Amino acid sequence: MMGRTMFIDPGRCIGCQACVSACRECDSHRGKSMIHLDYPDEGHSVASLPTVCMHCEDPVAPCAEVCPADAILVTADGVVQEADTTRCIGCANCVNACPFGVPKIDLQAKLQLKCNLCYDRTAYGLAPMCATVCPTGALYYGTVEELQAERPGVQVADTFVFGESEVRTGVAMVVPAERVRWPVPGGLPVVEINGKDVRR
Amino acid sequence: MTADPHAVDRRTLLPLDPSLTPPGTGGFRDAGGIPADRWHADQHGETLVPTHCCFCGVQCGMYLRVDRGGKVFGVEPRNHDINRMRLCPKGVNAYQQVNHPDRLTAPLMRRSRDEELREVSWDEALDFTVSEIRRIQEAHGNDAFGVLGGASLFTEKSYLVGKFARVAVRTRHVDYNGRLCMVSAAGANKLAFNIDRAGNPFADILLTDCLLLAGANVGECFPVLTQYVWGARDRGATLIVVDPRETAVARTADIHVALKSGTDSAFFNSVLNVVIEEGLTDEDFLAAHATGWEEVKANAAHYPPSRAAEICGIPAEQIVQVARAFARAPKAMAFHARGIEHHTQGVENCLTVINLCTATGHLGKPGAGYGTLTGQGNGQGGREHGQKADLLPGGRSILNEEHRRQICEIWGIEESELPAAGTSMMEMVWQMQRREIRGLIGICNNPFVSLPNYSVVKDGYDSTEFHAQFDFFLSETAANAHVVFPVTIWAEDEGVMANAEARVVKHNKAQEPPAGVRTDTWVMCELARRLGAGDKFAFGGSRDVFEELRRASAGTIIDYSGITYERLEETGGIVWPCPSTDHPGTPRLFEDGTTYHTDGKVHMQVVEWHPPADPYDEEHPMTLTTGRTVAHFLSGNQTRRLGALVEQTPRPWAEVHPSHGFRNGEPVRVVTRRGSEVFPALVTEAIRPDTVFIPYHWPVPTAANALTIDALDPRSKIPEYKVCACRIEHAESIDEVPAPPVAPGHVAYPETQVSRTDPLPPTAPQGRGTSERS
Ligand code: SF4
Ligand code: SF4
Repeated sequence: MMGRTMFIDPGRCIGCQACVSACRECDSHRGKSMIHLDYPDEGHSVASLPTVCMHCEDPVAPCAEVCPADAILVTADGVVQEADTTRCIGCANCVNACPFGVPKIDLQAKLQLKCNLCYDRTAYGLAPMCATVCPTGALYYGTVEELQAERPGVQVADTFVFGESEVRTGVAMVVPAERVRWPVPGGLPVVEINGKDVRR
Repeated sequence: MTADPHAVDRRTLLPLDPSLTPPGTGGFRDAGGIPADRWHADQHGETLVPTHCCFCGVQCGMYLRVDRGGKVFGVEPRNHDINRMRLCPKGVNAYQQVNHPDRLTAPLMRRSRDEELREVSWDEALDFTVSEIRRIQEAHGNDAFGVLGGASLFTEKSYLVGKFARVAVRTRHVDYNGRLCMVSAAGANKLAFNIDRAGNPFADILLTDCLLLAGANVGECFPVLTQYVWGARDRGATLIVVDPRETAVARTADIHVALKSGTDSAFFNSVLNVVIEEGLTDEDFLAAHATGWEEVKANAAHYPPSRAAEICGIPAEQIVQVARAFARAPKAMAFHARGIEHHTQGVENCLTVINLCTATGHLGKPGAGYGTLTGQGNGQGGREHGQKADLLPGGRSILNEEHRRQICEIWGIEESELPAAGTSMMEMVWQMQRREIRGLIGICNNPFVSLPNYSVVKDGYDSTEFHAQFDFFLSETAANAHVVFPVTIWAEDEGVMANAEARVVKHNKAQEPPAGVRTDTWVMCELARRLGAGDKFAFGGSRDVFEELRRASAGTIIDYSGITYERLEETGGIVWPCPSTDHPGTPRLFEDGTTYHTDGKVHMQVVEWHPPADPYDEEHPMTLTTGRTVAHFLSGNQTRRLGALVEQTPRPWAEVHPSHGFRNGEPVRVVTRRGSEVFPALVTEAIRPDTVFIPYHWPVPTAANALTIDALDPRSKIPEYKVCACRIEHAESIDEVPAPPVAPGHVAYPETQVSRTDPLPPTAPQGRGTSERS
């Protein structure tokens, strides 16, 4: 895994879409957001989950692997760049290959667009726009040590299995911690208080 | 990088080019952040102007990106103490208002409501307004003319609204839309502590062991605060959420009390009952620092969990759990917001929370105390210096002779000239209906969407003989006016706001206003001059007003006299009271247990639960509750014009439980005693089966406030937005679901400024991996 990278912590996401709006502000894709938000349990819960480019590592990013024009380059620090506009033919192979649903096609321009980890910012040590603004820290940019110092006990996962294939990613998901908690004293169910049945 | 000398990436840290710095921002240094002078150029030669978000009471720090032509064109997060770079979607998109095509750039006028509004000169608009004020007041007395301010105004302008109404218009009728926001909390805090503000800074949330959020949908209304909430959770704090809906924060709470709207005081009385029964009170603290404890204790005995559970519609066990978690925690904090404040029992609801904090000794310590979350950017500061019907600057009472004398001295008028207390915002509308108030100036507010019971509001405004409105967009209310004054937006002027912590922060000017637009300060001073009070309104701008405000607040509890623009520019903000220029401010109250009452004690108050104003019956068996969504702000006049936010939440809906048999998106008719409207259903288990929720940011025919009741809390006069009786029905067809109307004066809806390049085409290729959803 890269040194500084993005971590996705779904337990913190409030579905506010600040990340979606901030992505539009990033200099790389002025006005277009490369993030989508999923509501995995709609109708039952308000849970939400952002998806950004996972910057797959292993064996090579599926989008880059299938690109017939060799337009998707991966930098030495593991960032899967958006398609090089001088090479991209807009064929959408990458769209179909990505297991996370990340690349988009601008139909008018016939060009692929995807998150490149705000390379114009991260190359200078700044966090990507989405992780900068995310009010909850559901998107976090830093090292795993920095993350764990801030959120004691959390673990991260960077390998995802899709049927037969396994994809290792440069961006990691945060797995909830077995946290040390101030216990809710008393526990459930409470039937009596000082000998009286409170339910009557 | 190319050979163009300006084509430098703005992340390369260039030295400050002084020619690019707008006046007043030179050498500005962010609190604990990146010095602004290291960030000053990119390919556009842009400048970053440090300022704050114009929206909610968190007041996140941000930079506005200003191009070489002096125009605001973007936002850059700012490492300010409050938000540490974080922004919610409203904050990210706020800058798009500044040069929005809907901006009003010339005064609009008509002599009667039968005519269309037409553009006129400033002179014509001002003269007509002044002659109408005179005509109405000569015929019907000074109090026949009213002034309604707004809590998005800078504090200087709020101060000026109070002075303008009383000294220039000489009416007692002045109030502001913060009346719809947190006045219940203000009333409770005054009764209990004699100070009207939160007791603890946000940062204390990170230190607490138990965080109780009552009627505070932090995820949608104060999103940036979630980093504090999650931070507390990370270090093991228990999170308790009291809310009829499973909000994003409730979803992850240790205890989510989904009580029935309008039963909060019964719940908190009962929690106190358990605390007492289980011997978890802090008797030492109570003996030393509280009055009224015996009465409160005796009253709590009437609320055993069995009784409260029935009233609140929750398991009795939860009451016990909350009591134990809150009282046994070494440090506990309670934050509340509109959920418990928007009630005919709003003040009392807040008092029950204060009683709980006091009884358990959780007050005035790092990580222990209370706070209220202000909805409007300057909901706190907007009422501190005399914009509210009963208040004079510095929170002085208009009924107190000594206070009146002090202010008259500063204003240079006789005490006999200072009008008496006025009435509240909703009461003024009733007076307009009764033609007791015949003329009105509204300053940056939109009651047509934000007040309850729309038909009453419309009738009230329609009954006025003259109505003028200040705004930068043509709001639904401004569209009703005879005169609309186009005024500056927040980024075009400087001034201070106080956030929900009572932290005073300074907003800086990032661009010149468009030609034809004036500051609210200028318009008020000019009207005052034409009304013959020019000598009392010789202000050049916000700075002058702030200097007078500092003097007017000196020696009061809300003491701003030690706060200067220079100090605010050097720090991350200063929390009042701040009585001298070497005083650091007061982020946490009552650290020695002393309150601002003359006896220094917490005055605990007995609260008896009573049902909401709108009774349930067979025809109206369910509860309608209203609230906000994260993408929109208050009446939506500002956010309903920003493409990205419209795209995120284009319209309101009715949230209903699956047990009613609706399918998602099906039309549901919501009927109350005020009327009925049809909304698409959002079917979710995240709401109580007996409750319907509608977000309120839209005007009729999709206005939640066409259905809500205009019943008021007797003390704070806040309307009971959060509960009224209703029923839901299947509407015949989807055609019955009206689209939200286009905002008046909207020129390009909703694509406006989604982007600086073309947005993605609406149909992306189908198949795995497409992502049209974003
Ligand atoms: S900004 Fe953060 S909290 Fe908001 S939707 Fe995106 S990931 Fe979730
Ligand atoms: S609306 Fe509130 S939370 Fe959102 S950016 Fe503005 S001040 Fe921050």
